[in-house]
Amino acid sequence: MARLRRTAPVLIATASGLALLASFHTTPSATLAVGSSPTSAAESALGATTTTTVKRSKTTAAPTTIPVRTVDGPAVPTKFGAVQVRVTLQGARILDVQALQLPSSHPRSTEISQQAAPLLRSEALQAQSARIDVLSGASYTSVGYANSLQAALDSARTA
Amino acid sequence: MSGATTVADFVRVEQLWGTAISLRVCDAFDDSAADDVFGWFHHVDDVFSTWRADTEISRLGRGELHLDDASSEVREVLDLCERVRAESGGAFDVRVGADPRVTPREGLGPLDPSGLVKGWALKRAAALLRERGAHNFVINAGGDVVTGGRPARDEPWRVGVQHPSMRDRVAMVLGVTDMGVATSGRNERGDHIVDPRTGLPATDVLAVTVVAADLALADGYATAALVLGHDGPAWLAAHGLAAAVITNDGVVTSTAALDAYRLQ
Repeated sequence: MARLRRTAPVLIATASGLALLASFHTTPSATLAVGSSPTSAAESALGATTTTTVKRSKTTAAPTTIPVRTVDGPAVPTKFGAVQVRVTLQGARILDVQALQLPSSHPRSTEISQQAAPLLRSEALQAQSARIDVLSGASYTSVGYANSLQAALDSARTA
Repeated sequence: MSGATTVADFVRVEQLWGTAISLRVCDAFDDSAADDVFGWFHHVDDVFSTWRADTEISRLGRGELHLDDASSEVREVLDLCERVRAESGGAFDVRVGADPRVTPREGLGPLDPSGLVKGWALKRAAALLRERGAHNFVINAGGDVVTGGRPARDEPWRVGVQHPSMRDRVAMVLGVTDMGVATSGRNERGDHIVDPRTGLPATDVLAVTVVAADLALADGYATAALVLGHDGPAWLAAHGLAAAVITNDGVVTSTAALDAYRLQ
């Protein structure tokens, strides 16, 4: 689906006085309707108090009735400084997340805020057969280990 | 075995913590350091196992030991757990096993830092190896990985993220040096992670992988994000974490911070 990116600079005071950029997406000819929809799990987790519902026009909309919403989370204090995100949701599914506020003292966050890029990407799960040194996965039992890629890697090196 | 033997590419695997722990060292090193690493893992089991009644964590959980009298190791781990609990809005909680709503399960103690202690123990083991002169190594304990240095010049450690349903496939490959990779998921032990906010098993997503210099926190954050489910990706992004979430419907959502580690 074609999406236009519109970047609006938002000044947010931080400890260092750094101005951060926040970007948000909208669809062509989208109509905005502000309202208070029922609180979803995502909103309550983010502590949102207001929501903006974006209704898609027929020319651009996918054949769905689930509205796309953006939710601004509260500024969450972390050890690096305050963090605030804007989440775009369709139902419970997260379409996009942008940072409204990131601490400048945190190198990784600074990098992200300088990019002013969306903070999440989604892709289809792939089943790859790749050369690896080690395997990270949900805790396996001793029995599970015996059948795992990790066991194969270990035995290849001890053989 | 202990001694002054130096080995160039060393692998040792032990069954411990109900899983397997693999250590690989690429440096020429005194392999008695490997004995010390596995000795440390046995010590962690003696202190933190929730499967045994005699451990410090089990005695604390039953109220037989007061926190003020606990070892500095236990207090350090519980402090880290408290930090993850606070940062996740209660999605991670060492006291979930004491919640009367939660179905009792063997190994789930009333005070249970299992969601973080493995990562913490691996992080300490990495420090121990460096002290003993080994700088290029990888340790994998049941899917949580700590890396040091590189397997070869100009090569990062290639860490495969387990495909949630295909045992012989990976969902992605991450290249890391001196970093930890923690994965929490539902695949092997079923729905063993409980949402402390509801008392019910966390079933929103299949697996969460977090890459961080501090594997203790990465382990806790991965568990918290698994519990947060559909809200996990936004929470991980808000905390500036490099992470990927695999959802039940076969979608991988990763944070921008993970891009730096993605090989394929």
